Amino acid sequence: MNSNIYVPYLMRIEKITQEAPGVKTFRLKFENEQEAEDFGFKAGQFGEYSIAGVGESTFCIASSPTRKGYIECTFRQTGKVTSALASAEEGDVVGFRGPYGNTFPIDDWKGKNLLFIAGGIALPPMRCVIWNCLDLRENFKDFTIIYGAKSVEDLVYKHELKEWDERPDVKLVTTVDPGGQTSDWKGEIGFVPSVVEKVAPNAENTIAIVCGPPIMIKFTLPVLEKLGFTDENIFTTLENRMKCGFGKCGRCNVGEKYVCLDGPVFTNAQLKELPAEY
Amino acid sequence: MQTEKYLIRKTSLEKLFNNLIGNGKTVYAPKAKGKVTLFEKVQAFSEINDDYIVTTNSAKSVVFPRVEKVFSYKKTKEKTVIIDAANDVFPDVVVWGTRPCDAAAFIPLTDTFNGDFPDVIYNKRLEKVYLLSFSCSKCDEYCFCTSVNGGPGNTAGSDILFTKLSTGDYLAEVVTEKGKLLVSENSTLFETAPDESKEQNLANVKVVFSKDEIQSKLKSIFENPVWDEKSRACLGCGSCVFVCPVCSCFDLQDEVHGSNGTRLRCWDSCGFGLFTLHTSGHNPRATQGARWRQRIMHKFLYMPDKIKVAGCVGCGRCSRSCPANINILDTVTSL
Amino acid sequence: MNELIKKAASLLESGAVKVVIGYGKGSTDRTQAIFITKVEDCNQLIFDSRCIQNLAVYLTKAEIKRMGKPAIMAPLPVLRSIVQLAAENQLSDESLVVLGVSPESNLVEFESLAAIESYLQEHKIEIDEKYRKIIEEIKSKPVSERFQYWVKELEPCFKCYACRAACPLCYCTRCTVESNQPQWIPVASHQLGNLEWHVMRAMHLAGRCTDCEACYHACPMGIPLHLLNKSLLQDVEENFGSYGPSLNKANSLSSFNPDDKESFIR
Repeated sequence: MNSNIYVPYLMRIEKITQEAPGVKTFRLKFENEQEAEDFGFKAGQFGEYSIAGVGESTFCIASSPTRKGYIECTFRQTGKVTSALASAEEGDVVGFRGPYGNTFPIDDWKGKNLLFIAGGIALPPMRCVIWNCLDLRENFKDFTIIYGAKSVEDLVYKHELKEWDERPDVKLVTTVDPGGQTSDWKGEIGFVPSVVEKVAPNAENTIAIVCGPPIMIKFTLPVLEKLGFTDENIFTTLENRMKCGFGKCGRCNVGEKYVCLDGPVFTNAQLKELPAEY
Repeated sequence: MQTEKYLIRKTSLEKLFNNLIGNGKTVYAPKAKGKVTLFEKVQAFSEINDDYIVTTNSAKSVVFPRVEKVFSYKKTKEKTVIIDAANDVFPDVVVWGTRPCDAAAFIPLTDTFNGDFPDVIYNKRLEKVYLLSFSCSKCDEYCFCTSVNGGPGNTAGSDILFTKLSTGDYLAEVVTEKGKLLVSENSTLFETAPDESKEQNLANVKVVFSKDEIQSKLKSIFENPVWDEKSRACLGCGSCVFVCPVCSCFDLQDEVHGSNGTRLRCWDSCGFGLFTLHTSGHNPRATQGARWRQRIMHKFLYMPDKIKVAGCVGCGRCSRSCPANINILDTVTSL
Repeated sequence: MNELIKKAASLLESGAVKVVIGYGKGSTDRTQAIFITKVEDCNQLIFDSRCIQNLAVYLTKAEIKRMGKPAIMAPLPVLRSIVQLAAENQLSDESLVVLGVSPESNLVEFESLAAIESYLQEHKIEIDEKYRKIIEEIKSKPVSERFQYWVKELEPCFKCYACRAACPLCYCTRCTVESNQPQWIPVASHQLGNLEWHVMRAMHLAGRCTDCEACYHACPMGIPLHLLNKSLLQDVEENFGSYGPSLNKANSLSSFNPDDKESFIR
């Protein structure tokens, strides 16, 4: 790891998966063996991914820290850097700075039920913590995943959704927005908040992890509160505009916190203490 | 280190300057340029303008330049090679003519660039910087250093602080090891400390607010019409941020030259409309009032809460430079 | 001035306007733009030689527009900007009330923007002799020296964009420099970045700039960037005839006229 905090690790794209229209997953391997060995991270952390000459973009690390030797990221093509990344090919060099941010306190969740709620392109940060927990499955009780997207096409990690669905120790509920279903769609139809209400997971001894677009979170949190979830037991990730990743450029400063240093993982209790600038 | 006191005669001060130049140090000093006084590289003592309250720009460029190369790279289809700019050698830089407020600003600025992720380039530059400050014998209504734990004769942050005495000679207070080094390299110029006190030669800077009171007031004033009211005239430029000796927000930009390129760190401002804009189009600080509030909160609440030092040294540059004549004091005292 | 204050107060009182934009007391001996919503505050309006900020810049600002229909104090430079903004469809007769201020600080009332345009015919844009001399001097130098002059003058620029922020005609909600696909102008404030920014801004204003000098007064580093605008103003006049803000004559550089000189096509 270079002492210059601005210098990225050089990574090589090992595998590209087209998840959904405009959404790709990269599996990245470190160019430098020693760096690969020394590298470690925890679920919830993110990085700055870059193409030299174009710029950097902030995505979470979507693979689990229990799987060594590579990291994965999933992104949607929306702007300058993501477009350049989207045109990259297997074998190309990509920069990665990280890991930054705080982590999901998985150790605190031992012996509890886990409820994962995600929407659309917010499944990637969840995927990391889902796999992390599945790799330690015996530590947790009930394992429920509720995931929704605009349409069947927009669901990401389709092959993994299938894997999770087939596991007897995981309850998976997938949903698409009304109108987004195909003729052979067997899952739910409806917005994520209403599906959560329908599934009505038990709040007792349960940790809820919610990631999604602000509007989904806005309507899901009241449902969880109604079901009896406490603010300390609801975790979410904030997706502010970030640039440096280490609390200096100022962009993600919300109240006294920096989303890149004190987040991106926050409990609902912590969120309520922050000014509404996220 | 215990501060050491000396007398340095007026003529010796000029000799000191010449020695610094002669020793190959890069010297920045206040230079008059039309209606402004800027810190610029100088070669001759005669170039220095000593008739200023504060310079228009701050001295932060010597450690936090407005464009800083953080690394460069060479790219081929097979690989990318990174050339780390932290390996560059930085020259000895003397800033001659900082005011006590300018020097004090280096404290929160250095804190920002360290913490859990120390910025090696910033620290390397800082190592080579000598701050030779001059006490203030006059001030104006824009100054409020005494309201933020500063003072016209404070030594915090300086390597040597010079105070002009009634005789025309100077009291030199040597604050740091770096300052001591300069003195030892020019020992004949530094004589026994004078009897005349510093205090009688300092400007009288009135205290206009209590920093602690403001800090606690701000905790409960997030939703308040004062933010929109005081920022109505704000044009949303970056003047206040860029002349501020403490402000350090930045942008990272890549510039390409064929198959080579550089990543640059450039000054940025939280007052710009696009600063916090998300790709989705959502902007957490969509109005100028919200951005003005962020500036005040960050400087007078968040920073003091976290690092015990305010993010403002009371130099008044922001208010002096504001094209719309918005005064930070006006907002702070009206809370 | 009293007439103006009375008029402003009556406009507010009757509800004809929701805010009065004018000059008020600022810090030390400077003036500041003030936004009056209460009738009794109209007494804060002042006008003298210190009032150099161009208030027209606030007419296109979202936070001000949200306040409702404004009345605006308008000395000559502001009047010119108002007509130019109207010519570019940013304002209309119904969207504001103009409280003109003559050079003698007297109220000048206008019934329409067209009336302001006629008034401006008596007060045409004229570049001050001292600036004509400076521009001539610079232009008399060989290209390489002129280039070095601007490299040196623009060296202190740190791209705070105060010049853009203060200019009433820089109202684009997404400025060219805020585009990154492609990044037309480098963000960094190095030599190239500074030159490209100032030259591009001057070009975007050519044929539109009304010589109010707000950009120069706004610049915290005292850079004489208004020389670029004045020089282009002269060039436009030479090539396309005299210009001033006009509601029916299109901007010189946004329109084609068969009589255009075309002396630049060689």
